Amino acid sequence: MYWNSLSEFLAMGGYGFYVWGSFGLTFAVMTIELWLLKKRQKRVMQLVKQEAI
Amino acid sequence: MKNLATKSGFNWLKYASPKTFYPLAGKLIPWCAISAATLIAYGLYIGLLVAPTDFQQGEGYRIIFVHVPAAWFSMFLYLLMALYAGMGLVFNAKLSYLMATAIAPTGAMFTLLALVTGSLWGKPMWGAWWVWDARLTSELILLFLYIGYISLQAAIDDKTRADKASAVLALVGAINVPIIFFSVKWWNTLHQGSSISLTKAPAMAAIMLQGMLIMAIGFWLYSIAVILMRVRCEILERDSKTAMFRQD
Repeated sequence: MYWNSLSEFLAMGGYGFYVWGSFGLTFAVMTIELWLLKKRQKRVMQLVKQEAI
Repeated sequence: MKNLATKSGFNWLKYASPKTFYPLAGKLIPWCAISAATLIAYGLYIGLLVAPTDFQQGEGYRIIFVHVPAAWFSMFLYLLMALYAGMGLVFNAKLSYLMATAIAPTGAMFTLLALVTGSLWGKPMWGAWWVWDARLTSELILLFLYIGYISLQAAIDDKTRADKASAVLALVGAINVPIIFFSVKWWNTLHQGSSISLTKAPAMAAIMLQGMLIMAIGFWLYSIAVILMRVRCEILERDSKTAMFRQD
């Protein structure tokens, strides 16, 4: 472990905004992509079921 | 072709048809997703908790662990998309076109992330969110190429024509990828040169390189999972539309 305390970890040597901003945005956008795809999958499955009737 | 398939005892060509590819993709998705989550978690652990500070850039360098993998896949996915689009044109294979279509949004997302995380890195290191340097400008063009590909496909109603037209755009745009890759060598850019190469020892500590590569493999598996999910949606949507027109 490289860090001595939690506050040191969060501060990122003064680059906190930039580091956490990059990591946060990256994983937020990836999660949104997954969520949108899940929604699309549900919609498509419903469509297929309707057509099967 | 038939001979080849029977000789190997396993018919690979079978999976070129959307109908047989669909369940195969379904089986692959959970494995890719689980390994992606594990590797990304491990990569984050190394990148944020284990790797030491950089002597030049302090803790700000840690952006590399998301920025570089995102930038790699923005380029790699474009080449893959162009390859599938090209195979679609050559073999007139529907599944190839569908794969190219499914890759585009994820590629565009990684391009946007590479640009935004790069911006967040550029501000503290260069003092500017954006500069019109060769690396940044060519990466921005890549984003426009993805957007152009997606909108061209959406703009043409006849799906067969949409596939062909957008495939041509994808292939022509592929010339931009080597330009992005070599821009730091060909021009005098503010963007730093690459830290790793095939011929020289990496210009970064082993643990940093390890964290970055693990994140990259995690992003790769994530991309496969998401692209397979999307191509399954595409297969069903196109099938249902053709079924609607067939009226049977």
